[in-house]
Amino acid sequence: MFPRPIEQTAPATQLLYKIAVPVALLLWLLPLLGVAITSVRPASDLAQGNYFGVPSRLAFENYRDVFVNSPMAAYMLNSFKVTIPTVIGAVALSCMTGFALAVYQFRSNLLVFFMFVAGNFVPFPILMVPVRDLTLQLGMYNTWYGLALFHVAFQTGFCTLFMRNFIKALPFELIEAARVEGVSEVKIFWHVVLPLMRPAIAALSVLIFTFIWNDFFWATVLSNSPASQPITAGLSSLNGQWIAQWHLVSAGSILAAVPPVAMFFLMQRHFIAGLTLGAVK
Amino acid sequence: MSVSVWKANQRRLAPWLFLAPGLLMFAIYVIIPICQSMWISFFDWDGLGEKQWIGTANYVELVDDDAFYTSLKNNVIWLVLYMLSVPAGLMIAIFLNQTITGMRLYKSLFFFPFVISQVVVGLIFSWFYAPGFGLLYNLIELVTGTGVAVLADDRYVTYGIIAAGLWPQIAYVMILYLTGLNNVSPDQVEAARLDGAKGWKMLWHVVLPQLRPATFIAVVVTVIGALRSFDLVSVMTDGGPYGSSRVLSFYMYEQALSEYGYRMGYGAAIAVVLFAIMMVFISGFIWKMWRDETER
Repeated sequence: MFPRPIEQTAPATQLLYKIAVPVALLLWLLPLLGVAITSVRPASDLAQGNYFGVPSRLAFENYRDVFVNSPMAAYMLNSFKVTIPTVIGAVALSCMTGFALAVYQFRSNLLVFFMFVAGNFVPFPILMVPVRDLTLQLGMYNTWYGLALFHVAFQTGFCTLFMRNFIKALPFELIEAARVEGVSEVKIFWHVVLPLMRPAIAALSVLIFTFIWNDFFWATVLSNSPASQPITAGLSSLNGQWIAQWHLVSAGSILAAVPPVAMFFLMQRHFIAGLTLGAVK
Repeated sequence: MSVSVWKANQRRLAPWLFLAPGLLMFAIYVIIPICQSMWISFFDWDGLGEKQWIGTANYVELVDDDAFYTSLKNNVIWLVLYMLSVPAGLMIAIFLNQTITGMRLYKSLFFFPFVISQVVVGLIFSWFYAPGFGLLYNLIELVTGTGVAVLADDRYVTYGIIAAGLWPQIAYVMILYLTGLNNVSPDQVEAARLDGAKGWKMLWHVVLPQLRPATFIAVVVTVIGALRSFDLVSVMTDGGPYGSSRVLSFYMYEQALSEYGYRMGYGAAIAVVLFAIMMVFISGFIWKMWRDETER
């Protein structure tokens, strides 16, 4: 194990380490903690210059005010309306593309695979003008499905990479055995491979959920009205309206962070397995 | 009849059947738009009216555009400084690769910044930097006597935004290396230890070579992250002060869609330049992956 396990060192070093870790964590999360505390600080504290001291009381009404004074509830709902269909769509499409690229040897296999991979790395601006134009022409500007359709297509690149590598690592004998039995290719996909893909599907779902929930660029390019904007774009425009009302900005920020954070803590193992795929041989 | 054609050829047809929906979507929303953007970059177009062919005029204009050079320079700074997240993430991963009680929770909490949206990260750091009451502002004031309004000063603004971007990026790299360290062969480390290797020597000659796959992915995601720096710039400074914190993706957006008028053609030309830069890296990544695939 590297570095040398702390248990093998002098007791003083062990104690020092056990103190250093939480201290480092505190410093690491200091900006976040500051915002979390500001989100429950009453506005009067800020007016009196009490920015860092203990809040005079816990002002949970800041959160209520955010919902009352802004379309925050609509923004959150919009985010869910974009994110959930995208997760389902991208995972479904990539189960199939991943299966095709992992199981079948055909001449353009690697070419198609690398096209998906390369497309996934492309900078967004090169897609912006035509995708916006297409979305406008389809009458899908300012709709959740306009955003979701684009996200499904784009995320298919990353998901295909993920699924293909996952299926490649499955025992191929299973598929061959099924073929010998005369099972059709579609049934092999459905009854043999798909049940084995559950961990990959779980990992991808949490990852894509987080990516799409946190997307800001496309949210601003493909929507501009509070009725259809996801929370990232909404929060950014609220920030412009709430100048110097940091207690509201902070509360809004915390609210926007809750769903992906909850997702991460609930599905932690899947999340990290998905993120670190390929980090080990 | 058609059933038997399917039966006879299903091994040949099946992959295309499974690929069709994904490929179609990907072509419509990714592949074709890339070509369209290149095409549009030769036009003068406001996004609504007739496109007017102007040849390479957009690119000629770019050559003399100071704002373009500022953005390009900032992109390079982003790229170089973002790379710091690789060693920094490795250091934190090594620091945390122990098994004291509660370590799992500590690791998750260190990873936290990556899970939240860049918009939220941007707002958090705006608050951190805010003149008058920001934590950092006050710290600097305490040490030097005068506070620095990082985001309002064209000398520091880009570095201030990059620092905000590094926060989640370091967390991401850290988790990659933690997974990598988990899989470093204990036998090799023990053997090297018996040979007297420790500290830096051990890290450099024994551990890092085994972490190569993690390093590759860390570099890939860091390059992509650095060139996708739109969110933070937009939220924290909106390109200011006086456009000094623009990056190419932000400048492109500004030209194509902002209140200064819709210049789709010019925006597309900026996007093509950014794409060309990215293509250098993408080709490198793909070449490496290609080699790994065909070696097997």
